Amino acid sequence: MDDLLREFLTESGEHLDTVDAELVRFEQDPNNQTILRNIFRLVHTIKGTCGFLGLPRLEALAHAAETLMGRFRDGLPATSESVTLILSTLDRLKAILADLEATGAEPAGSDDDLISELERMASAEPEAAPAPAPELVLPEPVSRELKPGEVSLDDLEAAFLAAPGPSEADFAAPISAPVEAPKAEAPKVEAPKPAAPKAVAPKAEPAEADSAKAEPAGDAEAVVATETTAAGSKIQTIRVNVDTLEHLMTMVSELVLTRNQLLEIARRHEDSSYKVPLQRLSHVTAELQEGVMKTRMQPIGSAWQKLPRVVRDLSAELGKQIDLVMVGAETELDRQVLEVIKDPLTHMVRNSADHGLESTAGRVAAGKPARGTIRLAAYHEGGTITIEIADDGKGLDLAAIRKKAVERGLASQSDVERMTDAQVAKFIFDAGFSTAAAVTSVSGRGVGMDVVKTNIETIGGIIDIATTAGRGTTFTIKIPLTLAIVAALIVRAGEHRFALPQVAVLELVRVDAGAQRVERINGSPVLRLRERLLPIVSLTGLLGQSDGQGDETEQAGFVVVAQVGRERFGILVDEVFHTEEIVVKPMSAKLRHIPMFAGNTILGDGAVVLIVDPNGVARQVAQGIQGSNSHADADAESEAADVGDAKTTLLVFKGGQGSFKAVPLSLVTRLEEIECDKVEWLGGRPLIQYRGRLMPLVPADPAITIRSEGTQALVVFSDGERAMGLVVDEIVDIVEERLDIEIAADRSDLIGSAVLRGRATDIINIAHFLPLAYDDWARGPKKAEQVSTLLLVDDSAFFRDMLSPVLKAAGYQVITAASAEAALTVLQSDARIEVVVTDLEMPGRSGFDLVAAMRSAEPRLARLPVIGLTGTVGADVVERARSLAISDLVAKFDRSGLIAALAEISATNVSQAA
Amino acid sequence: MQAANANGAETGPTDEYVTVYVADTLFGLAIERVHDVFVPSGVTPVPLAPSEIVGLLNLRGRVVTAVCLRRRLGLPDAVAQDDKASPKMAIGLEQTGETFALVVDGVGEVLRLGADSREAVPINLDPRWRNLATCVHRLDGRLLVILDVDALLGFSAAGAKAA
Repeated sequence: MDDLLREFLTESGEHLDTVDAELVRFEQDPNNQTILRNIFRLVHTIKGTCGFLGLPRLEALAHAAETLMGRFRDGLPATSESVTLILSTLDRLKAILADLEATGAEPAGSDDDLISELERMASAEPEAAPAPAPELVLPEPVSRELKPGEVSLDDLEAAFLAAPGPSEADFAAPISAPVEAPKAEAPKVEAPKPAAPKAVAPKAEPAEADSAKAEPAGDAEAVVATETTAAGSKIQTIRVNVDTLEHLMTMVSELVLTRNQLLEIARRHEDSSYKVPLQRLSHVTAELQEGVMKTRMQPIGSAWQKLPRVVRDLSAELGKQIDLVMVGAETELDRQVLEVIKDPLTHMVRNSADHGLESTAGRVAAGKPARGTIRLAAYHEGGTITIEIADDGKGLDLAAIRKKAVERGLASQSDVERMTDAQVAKFIFDAGFSTAAAVTSVSGRGVGMDVVKTNIETIGGIIDIATTAGRGTTFTIKIPLTLAIVAALIVRAGEHRFALPQVAVLELVRVDAGAQRVERINGSPVLRLRERLLPIVSLTGLLGQSDGQGDETEQAGFVVVAQVGRERFGILVDEVFHTEEIVVKPMSAKLRHIPMFAGNTILGDGAVVLIVDPNGVARQVAQGIQGSNSHADADAESEAADVGDAKTTLLVFKGGQGSFKAVPLSLVTRLEEIECDKVEWLGGRPLIQYRGRLMPLVPADPAITIRSEGTQALVVFSDGERAMGLVVDEIVDIVEERLDIEIAADRSDLIGSAVLRGRATDIINIAHFLPLAYDDWARGPKKAEQVSTLLLVDDSAFFRDMLSPVLKAAGYQVITAASAEAALTVLQSDARIEVVVTDLEMPGRSGFDLVAAMRSAEPRLARLPVIGLTGTVGADVVERARSLAISDLVAKFDRSGLIAALAEISATNVSQAA
Repeated sequence: MQAANANGAETGPTDEYVTVYVADTLFGLAIERVHDVFVPSGVTPVPLAPSEIVGLLNLRGRVVTAVCLRRRLGLPDAVAQDDKASPKMAIGLEQTGETFALVVDGVGEVLRLGADSREAVPINLDPRWRNLATCVHRLDGRLLVILDVDALLGFSAAGAKAA
């Protein structure tokens, strides 16, 4: 491809983008001759260049579009229909340009459809043209809009005749002249609002028509005037290949590094003879760096350029009236950052238009203006840029989000209830999350917001949502100005140094064994900081460097208080050195999968250090993965974790005669402390009013009596609408340990006992207590008519013992098997089995292997419904389960989910039998 | 493959290889892929990285990823004595615009070898080695295993886990 063509492509691309935006403006303001002239000129330029370069297809299309626009200039009213046609012509032009860029030649194909349509429209008489298509983007009553076009025909014509034809060289000059005139005239006839006289102005009143025209034109002219000055100053600019700039940037980065190294040396030597020149070098380098950074800056408006068009199309597609307000388009930011946020921004604007804003009827019914507004704003704030995308729509439906979050298993009901609205709103960033009732072509598929968030987070940005029901939603994005050079805190953890980006750092706290010390709750370190508890992660633990026994190192050190999004946490490091401007270098492709690092850099002393990614750390903090766990997770060398030995989180409480008892935390709905005088007795049974319902209380041990004074600790279990309060003496702890259950005593209220934290602890059997609270609980909500037999396959005795009573209580005959092999033997010998419930993650032959073996066995087994129990529901697991015709996947502890899945299978079995 | 003309090696196309050794085996790397030979120093280990990657190092202002040939070949690490101030060597390789340092025990001479001494990779070789080697050359008294640079660097995090 020759330079000429390349130049043409860049230029035409820019021109077309401008025309896009200008056309939308023109449609709203059809009397603005300046906009029209600008459009006309740009299309004309494209046409001319195409002819010159011998691109017949482009030329023909541009010519046809130009003809139609020429008719506009001659007074043909710009209808929505015709603007749409021109816009689609522009799209075609862009498509051809894209092909041209890819292949270097104009693609074959015919544009007769568009050209004939354009010609048809251009040949239509102005009088015949009043297309009744409603004007979507117009602020004033629609039916009157056609008139001004006709009225101002003469004026327009006159104006065009007066103005010299579009010419590339001197367009700047003629424009400034008309600007003056209308501006001066406008105030004289200020009284009538611009749109009203427009509509009624007959030809007989040229003066008024003039003023009507002058007003809007005046405003727009002012804008255009600034644009033209900008255009005029373009003579002072040259196009530079982006690669050249990137290279320059890299070189400056190297220079900064070298300067840092020199400064490091100078710090060690007392010899001052070269200190002065070094100081100068340092200054020059800093200025050079700043200068080069500036060349990478682009106004954010260039990322917004497409948006007016997008909104216009959406408004037509969705039948909503939408205004797009853009503030701060001149705010500059790094080109690289701009590229990353371009698509997310477009996506969010689309989302706002589709989901955020109500339908016109809905808005009117809610007493709001019929036209919805989407407001985009950008401004500098410290070292970051803040971008806001706000709509004045209905706001997020937080109740629906809560419900959906529970349905999708993202959080438990109790979690969701505890969360603040802001936290709940953030669920929309989860992959596949959509509360849209209907999937539209625009959005609602639940893809997108997660990508938006990921994109923004990859550049170290954060995104926040503020939403008010009925008032609208505002997304706030904060992104760094540049990615290339960041200020970072250099810290030491273990034997190595790491860089922590300063943007995430709030403060530093020195901790030691004295007043400011790190305390532990169940092994998780926390710090009291100004009356607030701050979760702490140790960097060494996080990176799997400590042997899990970091106690000595955690006695003294520094806590770097960091904030990511709304999450605030402390990162424990051994030593803090200083801050340094570091040049971020990307991680090797081989290492990019490690979420903990954002990149690496070379320090002043020449050492390579890794840049810790606060986002990655925040995610780890939230997941509570620490030390040995994350090690096992990520370390390639670690052996495949034995899932059978998976740790279980248990709630430990004191129940009866000071003995310790425990129950899997995942079964617990809530922990409560109630006033004892709230306990009521009904028919000899204790009850309390709980969340508007009566909840029966059951002692965890016969030895426990419900206190009559003070407070009483309860462990609340719930199943659907019913809840039960287990009365305990005291809630002790939550522990995460590998369970080694010794099977119990002949007591149906216990599963067995285990050693937790060095204490013998009874593991209670919840299935025993539920029927005590509700007589019908044991029978299950939907008791199957005949008793079905199911096979429960799980390698862990704990789970077998845990689930069997639950399943029995739900009315199933339960047979258990400890491995896939055992399960197959049982299956072959026992024809009664109607359903198989299997753990999918088992040592040796997994649940998947078992199902695969079943599916290829005799027909009876091949058809048997299977429910898979799994710890993690990943896409791959789902995919595999589907390929093996596994009926349902249920999380391991989701008792009610399992019962529901079983009920569903029995139901289908019955209906098939019938 | 037959060594038809054992002595007349001057004819026919030849390839040049940089030889390196690890443990007791001599390996060859195509010379056009080798950019640098240097002594690695100041390697920053990367926690949580695949085991083959020993860390990152600064090679004249560029950050390069150091890959240990021993670990890549499934060999045990060299004994502790030459762990720190090691006389080890590294070969600078480039792949898809990224620079890697292949850490080896030592670097030998550059050999020019023809097709006459070339043999296919013996099938009884460890599959891990078989995947990394392109061919074997018979030298005087010892064998030279030619390594495929792309395969050598073509491991992923997942692959490392599986291995």
